[in-house]
Amino acid sequence: MTTFDLLLQQTINGLSLGAMYSLLALGFTLVYGILELINFAHFNVFMVGSFIAMGVLQLFGLNGQEVILTGLPLAMVLIAAFAVTMVASGALGVAIEVLSLRPLRNVKGPAAMITTIGVSYILFNVVLLSQGADAKNFPNPLPTKRFQIGGATLDLRVILIWIVALALMAGLYVFVQRSKMGKAMRATAQDPEAARMMGVEVDRVIVTAFFLGSALAGAGGLIFGLYYNFTSFIIGFTAGLRAFTAAVLGGIGNVPGAMVGGVLIGLIEAMAGQFIATAWADVIIFSILVLVLVFKPAGLFGRLAPQKS
Amino acid sequence: MPEPMLLEFRDVNTHYGDLHVLKHVDYAIAKGEIIALLGGNACGKSTTMKTIMGVVRPTSGTVQFDGKAIERLPTAERVRRGIAPVLEARRLFPRMTVFENLEMGAYLRKRGTEFDEDLERVYDLFPRVKERRNQIAGTLSGGEQQMVAMGRALMARPRLLCMDEPSMGLSPRYVEQVFDIIQTINRQGTTIFMVEQNANMALSVAHRAYVLQTGQVVLSGTAEELRRNPLIREAYLGEMQVPAA
Repeated sequence: MTTFDLLLQQTINGLSLGAMYSLLALGFTLVYGILELINFAHFNVFMVGSFIAMGVLQLFGLNGQEVILTGLPLAMVLIAAFAVTMVASGALGVAIEVLSLRPLRNVKGPAAMITTIGVSYILFNVVLLSQGADAKNFPNPLPTKRFQIGGATLDLRVILIWIVALALMAGLYVFVQRSKMGKAMRATAQDPEAARMMGVEVDRVIVTAFFLGSALAGAGGLIFGLYYNFTSFIIGFTAGLRAFTAAVLGGIGNVPGAMVGGVLIGLIEAMAGQFIATAWADVIIFSILVLVLVFKPAGLFGRLAPQKS
Repeated sequence: MPEPMLLEFRDVNTHYGDLHVLKHVDYAIAKGEIIALLGGNACGKSTTMKTIMGVVRPTSGTVQFDGKAIERLPTAERVRRGIAPVLEARRLFPRMTVFENLEMGAYLRKRGTEFDEDLERVYDLFPRVKERRNQIAGTLSGGEQQMVAMGRALMARPRLLCMDEPSMGLSPRYVEQVFDIIQTINRQGTTIFMVEQNANMALSVAHRAYVLQTGQVVLSGTAEELRRNPLIREAYLGEMQVPAA
């Protein structure tokens, strides 16, 4: 492969990773934008999402890469898998908010953030104890179909991942920009007290943010399984930290920023893996996090967090 | 039985932790009035507004709107019943457009002919707001933002408009305009309760006023009475030449 082909190939890989990080980063940014809370439970909502997705695919009789579907059955299975995974993950996010965070709403200091770390460990250990420590072979019903672009390969599943991620992000963007609840979310992020005095019920806005963010994390977990053909109780940590970095890079609280940040992190990871060494990818990603925090604390695109009045 | 007052505070006390802010406060505001609430810094004026909106809950006493106790109701329910705020320092949603800010004012109402009518009314009152409707609110001048803040409150079609320092930080030209519009809105049927540092302006448009000092109502009466009161002239109208009536 020529350097150009390698560059092209890693761009394809990076965009796929980036799609996943973007979906995950949105959950951090939606919640942070409204509550100024870093939700560490989000790491493992993503992980649980990928286990839910595995369960749904297994319900369809899919196991590993044995069963390959095409056409309508494939489309139906994928739509059902995304729908169920997203709703279930969204519900998990809502449960976390209502049961563990709402009671702490008026407690000042880091209590809520610490709680999210605790919840994250609960999810982590529940999956570890109930599912075991070994990596699971993730059902993948997609036919292996590859397209050659120059010297690079574009896999059918990569195209699918891009389409799904783009559709979900476009849907979220339209929701936040145009729907009444989306406008209430933006208003609450910009000035919670004023939003409340317009009649916005802030608790409902918060629940919506958790539902949407967690549903997208669930979709990310399904995409992770389809992309890597495995899942494990441990996947939340690395992916979660990278996605969090993506959210900070794009300006935490900023929805388009999280999308772009995710893609950038995915590209950096792929390029670093190719041209430096895979082991250095995280060093580079987190060095970028530190540099961004030092030189541009508001992120590349500024943040949309609550204003202090 | 006489018609109930539109807004009534009866023996209201509020606390922030150990700090006793409003102390046995009574207000009574009838439909159609413009009432000014005067007082210096940290006397409880803003707390009064927050208590009306339900952001601060009284520790004792009752707040009645249209004859019904509202002190336990959530903010959204108070907005639904017809109370809308014009917040101190405007408090627009800075990264939303002017139109989106107006939409937020009508958050609890359905879109439809009433919404369109109210939008027309706001645009008639504030032609400037109409011109700027697609602009990001945070980029407007202070005076323009005040117009949007008033328009946003009117989009709730309120029966009671609570204005917190409408003249704060505005140039004299805008101050005049804001008080003109307050009178227009009132003539169109909205009762107005305003907190104001600018006692001179406030008393020129208000029917009645209350004076709050360290959380207590120390004086109340018609605007005319208060303007003649030597205490008020000294404390709040110091910079003003009061013409002999």
